[in-house]
Amino acid sequence: MENLQALTDAALAAVAAAGDAASLDQVRVQYLGKKGEISLLMQGLRHLSKEEKPKAGAKINEAKQVVQKAMNERRSFMEQAALDAQLAAESIDVTLPGRGEGVGSIHPVTRTMERISEYFQTIGFTEEAGPEIEDDFHNFEALNIPDHHPARAMHDTFYMKDGSVLRTHTSPVQVRTMKRFVAENRKPPIAIVCPGKVYRCDSDQTHSPMFHQVEGLYVAEKTSFADLKSLLSDFLRVFFERDDLEVRFRPSYFPFTEPSAEVDIEWGRNADDSIKWLEVLGCGMVHPDVFRHAGLDPEKYCGFAFGMGVERFAMLRYGVKDLRQFFENDLRFLEQFK
Amino acid sequence: MKFSEQWLRSWVNPDASTEELVSKITMAGLEVDEYEAVAPEFSGVVVGEIVACEQHPDADKLRVTKVTNGTEEFQVVCGAPNARVGIKIPFAMVGAVLPGNFKIKKARLRGVESFGMLCGDDEIGLASERADGIMELPLDAPVGADIREYLQLDDTIIDVDLTPNRGDCLSIAGLAREVSANFLADVTVAEIEDVVADIDDTFEVNLEATEACPRFVGRVLRNVNIKAATPIWMVERLRRSGVRSIDPVVDVTNYVMLELGQPMHGYDLDRLSGSIRVRMAEAGEKLLMLDGTEQELNANTLVIADEEKALGIAGVMGGEYSGVNEDATSIFLESAFFDKIGIAGKARQYGLHTDASHRFERGVDYQLQSKAIERATRLILDICGGQAGPVVEVACEEALPKARTVILHRQKVTDLLGVELPADHIAPLLTCLGLELTETVEDQWSVAVPSWRFDISIEEDLVEEVGRIYGYNNLPDTIPLAELRLKTIDESTVRMSELRRVLVARGYREAINYSFIDPSLHQAFDPERVAEPLANPISSEMSVMRTSLLPGLVTAMRYNLNRQQNRVRLFETGQIFIREGDQLTQDLWLGGAVCGSRNPESWHGSDEPVDFFDLKGDLIALFKRVGNEAEYSFRAADKCSALHPGQCAEILRDGKVVGVIGRLHPSVAKTVSVDTPVYLFEISADVLMAGDVTAFRELSRFPEVRRDMALVLDETTAAADVEAVIRSKAGEWLRDIRLFDVYSGKGVEKGKKSLALGVTWRHAERTLNDEEINDLFACIAAALEAELGGTLRQ
Repeated sequence: MENLQALTDAALAAVAAAGDAASLDQVRVQYLGKKGEISLLMQGLRHLSKEEKPKAGAKINEAKQVVQKAMNERRSFMEQAALDAQLAAESIDVTLPGRGEGVGSIHPVTRTMERISEYFQTIGFTEEAGPEIEDDFHNFEALNIPDHHPARAMHDTFYMKDGSVLRTHTSPVQVRTMKRFVAENRKPPIAIVCPGKVYRCDSDQTHSPMFHQVEGLYVAEKTSFADLKSLLSDFLRVFFERDDLEVRFRPSYFPFTEPSAEVDIEWGRNADDSIKWLEVLGCGMVHPDVFRHAGLDPEKYCGFAFGMGVERFAMLRYGVKDLRQFFENDLRFLEQFK
Repeated sequence: MKFSEQWLRSWVNPDASTEELVSKITMAGLEVDEYEAVAPEFSGVVVGEIVACEQHPDADKLRVTKVTNGTEEFQVVCGAPNARVGIKIPFAMVGAVLPGNFKIKKARLRGVESFGMLCGDDEIGLASERADGIMELPLDAPVGADIREYLQLDDTIIDVDLTPNRGDCLSIAGLAREVSANFLADVTVAEIEDVVADIDDTFEVNLEATEACPRFVGRVLRNVNIKAATPIWMVERLRRSGVRSIDPVVDVTNYVMLELGQPMHGYDLDRLSGSIRVRMAEAGEKLLMLDGTEQELNANTLVIADEEKALGIAGVMGGEYSGVNEDATSIFLESAFFDKIGIAGKARQYGLHTDASHRFERGVDYQLQSKAIERATRLILDICGGQAGPVVEVACEEALPKARTVILHRQKVTDLLGVELPADHIAPLLTCLGLELTETVEDQWSVAVPSWRFDISIEEDLVEEVGRIYGYNNLPDTIPLAELRLKTIDESTVRMSELRRVLVARGYREAINYSFIDPSLHQAFDPERVAEPLANPISSEMSVMRTSLLPGLVTAMRYNLNRQQNRVRLFETGQIFIREGDQLTQDLWLGGAVCGSRNPESWHGSDEPVDFFDLKGDLIALFKRVGNEAEYSFRAADKCSALHPGQCAEILRDGKVVGVIGRLHPSVAKTVSVDTPVYLFEISADVLMAGDVTAFRELSRFPEVRRDMALVLDETTAAADVEAVIRSKAGEWLRDIRLFDVYSGKGVEKGKKSLALGVTWRHAERTLNDEEINDLFACIAAALEAELGGTLRQ
C-alpha cells in the first residue's frame, strides 16, 4: 500500500504525457485495467485485518477515480485540440462571391402595371384583357367616337389593311367587359382594371408608337364624380406613397365620358413656389351612349372610367427621363429594376 | 389656338393678372399649353424717321443717316442695306436698353460719331431669326412714339389647347364668353353695326346641297384698293395668333375668323362666271388649290363653284384661280355655314388641315354668318375704301341645325356630381354661359342651348357645365361604398406575374419589344406564315405584326451583345398575331432567349457555355411551378425555320403542340448578325398558366425498391421512347424513372450509346418482394429489346 501514492503519481504523469487516444488507452490498461497496477493493489487487501480492509479499499478507489478523472480530462482536451485543428484547416474566405445563378429582373413597365393593378384589386377590382388588333366598333364607335369625329385625329391610329386598328387605348376592354356581363346575364357592379399595350402612330422623344395603359371601370346603380375623385386621389397618393401629394381635377373632354376630367399631380414647384402640375390621368363618368352600345340601361346604371399611361407613371416613380429606353431592352437599364 | 391677351381683354377685362387668367381658363377646361410675352423687356426705343442717308466716307457697307424722333435729329451710322430716306424705323436712342441688357451708348464707327441704333425686328425681340435689315414701320407710324406703346408690345401670347368639343372657343368672342362666365365679368365690346349698302350690286348664289350648306351669305364690294396696307394693329394681332399678313382682304377674313369664329373667303368677282353654285364635286374634278397643290376631288366633297368650275373645297380651302390677287378691285365675300358632318374628314382626305376646316369640323355658330360679313365689310371698307352691295343670304331653314332645349333635373346634378346644389345655385352657373333656363316644375329646368354650343345635347352635358363652372375641385371627395363580396380566385391557374418571377429567380431579365417588326426579320424567322401588315406603318422596320416573340428577343439580345454583354438571359410576354384564313388569333405567349456561359463569370472557373438542356431545365421549372410537368413532352422537330434542325423540339402538352424550343439556326444567326449560339423558347402563356389543384396522394409506409439498368441502343434512339417503353411495362407501382447517365465511346460499339436508368417502385400497402420486381424488370427488358433493339449491359 505504501506505493499507492507513487503509483498514482506515475499514472497521472503517464496520462499527462499521452499524446493521442491510443497511448492514453495504454495508460488506462497499465494502471486501471483488470490487471492494471492500481487494480492489482486490491489483491493485497486480503492480507489486511477486517478493520483495515475497508479503509485501504477506499483509498485505492479514490486513487483510481483521480486517475480516471485525469484521463477523461486528457481525452476531452485531445478531442478539442483535434476539432480545433480540423476547424482551422477547414476555414474559408467568406468574402469570396457566392456561387450560381444571379437574379434577373421584372421590366419597370410590367412592375408598374402590376402595382397599379394591385391597388385596385385589393378593393375588389378584377383584371381584364382584350385584343390589341381591335375592330373599329370597340375602339371608336362604341366609345362614342363615330367616323370622322375630330377626336379620331387626336388618336393617330395605326390601321390594318382590313380596316381594323391597333387599339389606341385600353378603353375597348370596358365595352367588351360590359357586353360580356350582359351576354352572361350578370348584373353590375362591374369593377375592372385592364392593363395592356396600346398603339399610336407617333414616334419621337416623348412619344412611343407602342406604350401601355391601365384602364379602370366601375359600374353600379349608384356612384358619382365625387366617388371618382376620392378613389383616384387616393390611388395617386398610395402609388407615389405620398400622403400630402396635391391632386387636381381639370375639366377636359373624352367622347366616352361626361363629365370628363384630366387629373394633374403636383410635381415640383415653380420659382414663385407655385405648384408645377403634371397631367397623369384621364377620367370621367361613363357616357350614356357607351352604356347603350354595351347593352346596359343608362337609366339604371351609372359608372366611372379612368385611364393612365403606364410609362409616365414608371418615369415619375423611378426617375427615368427618356421614354425610348423602355423599349431598348438594354441590360444596364433593365438590371436597375427588381 | 394662339391669341393676344390684350385682344381678349379688349372684349372682357377681368380684374386678374395674366397668371390668374391663364390658370382660371385652364381650370375651366380650356387648357393653356403655354404663354409668353410678345416681346422681351427693352426700353428707350421710339419710332424714328430717316431724314438723310449718305454713304460712310470710310466704309462701303455703312451709311451715315440722320434720324428724327420728332423733336431732335440724330446722326446714326447704320449697316442695313434697306436704310433710306423717308422710312420709319425703331430707333434705339442713346440710353436705350435692348433685350439681353444691351445698353446703347454714343459710339464712333470708322471715325464717324453715331448716336443710337436703328433696329431690326430681331434686335427688339420680335423675331428669333437674324433680320436682313432694319424693321420698316408703316409710314403713318407716329414719329417719337415709344415703340412698345405703338406696337402694343406689353402683351402676352396665350396658346390654349382646345378639346374638339369646344369649337365655340376658337375665337376671341368665344374665349371672352368663357372668361366672362368664369370671372363674372361683362363682355364690353361694341355691337357690330350693319354696313348700309351704297350700291345695288349682288351676285347670285344657288344652294344645291342644302344638307351640307344650309346657309350662304354673300356680298359684293366694288372699287376696293387691295394695295392698301393692313393697319399695324391688325397685322400684330394676326401675328400673335400665328397668322401671316397677306393682303387686306385675306387679312380681314382671317381677322374676323379669329375674332368671331366664322371662316370666310374673298373671291375676285371679275373671275367668277355666272353665279355661285354650292354643290357636290364631280368625281375626278380637278382643282388647283391656293397652296399650289392640285387635288382630284371625290364626289363626297362639297365645293363652291361658279357655272364653269369648282372654285374651292367648301369649308377647307379656296382655289388658286378665283382668289383675290393684287389686281382685283371687285370682291365677292363668302360667309357660309357648313354642316360639320358634311365637312368632317374632308380636309384630311386631301391631306389638308386649315383653320377653316378645323372650325367647321368642330361646329361653327349657325347664327353668325351675317354678323361676320358685316364686320368684315366694315373693316375692308375702312382699310381699302370702296362700296358695298347689299347682303344676300340664301338659306334652307329645314337644313339648319334646330335650336335645342335640354331638360335638366336637379336630382341628376346631385346623382352625377355627388353633391346637392340648391336650385338657385345651379341656374346662375348655366345662365352665365349664355344658356337660358326656364324652371318648368320645381327642381327641373328646360334649358335652351345657344347656337354656338354644339357640344350640349343631353342632360349629362349640362351637368358637366354645372360642375365645370362650379369648379371640379370644389366638388366633394366621397369614398365609394360597395358591398363586401368575395370573388372567386381560380387556384388551378398560376398567374403570369408568378411565372415571371420563376424566370427572374433563374436569372432572366424581362424585355418588352414592339409588336410590329421588320418584314425581313419576320421572313428570316417565320417564312411559312404571313405577318399582318400595317396600312400606315411609322417606318418599314416596324410594318408587320409579329407572329412570334423570337425575332424581338434575338434583336434585343444582339443589342446587348453589341454592348459588351456576353451573357444574356431575356424573357418576354406579349401577344402574337397569327392569321389562319379568316381567323386572326392574338394570344398571349411567353418567350425566352439565352446565350453565353451557363453560370455568371466567377472565381469557380466553371464557364461552360449554355446549351439546349439549360434552357429546357428553365422551361421545366415553369411546368413544375404550375405542377403539371407530367403533361408535357418534347418531340424532335426540324421544321422550325428559325431553329437548328438538330437542336429543336416541339413542346407538347397532352399531345398538342403548344410551343417550341431550340437553338437559333446558324444561318438565321448570320442573317441577324449574332455570332454566338443562342437558345430560344416560346410557349402559349394561356396553356402554361393552366394547371390543376393539387390532388394529394397518401404517403406509403412501405419501402421503395430501385433497380438500375445499363441499356445499349442505337445512337439515334430517343430517350423519351425508352422511358415510354419502360412506363408501359413497369406496372401500377411505378414511382419514378430516372436517367442518370448517357455514354458513348470506349466500351460501347460505334453507332450505339449506353443509357443508365434507375426505375423505382413502391406499393402503398405492402412491401414488394424480389420476385415481383424481377418479373417486372424482365418484362421491361424484353420490351426494350423487342421494340427498340436495346440490350442490357451486364
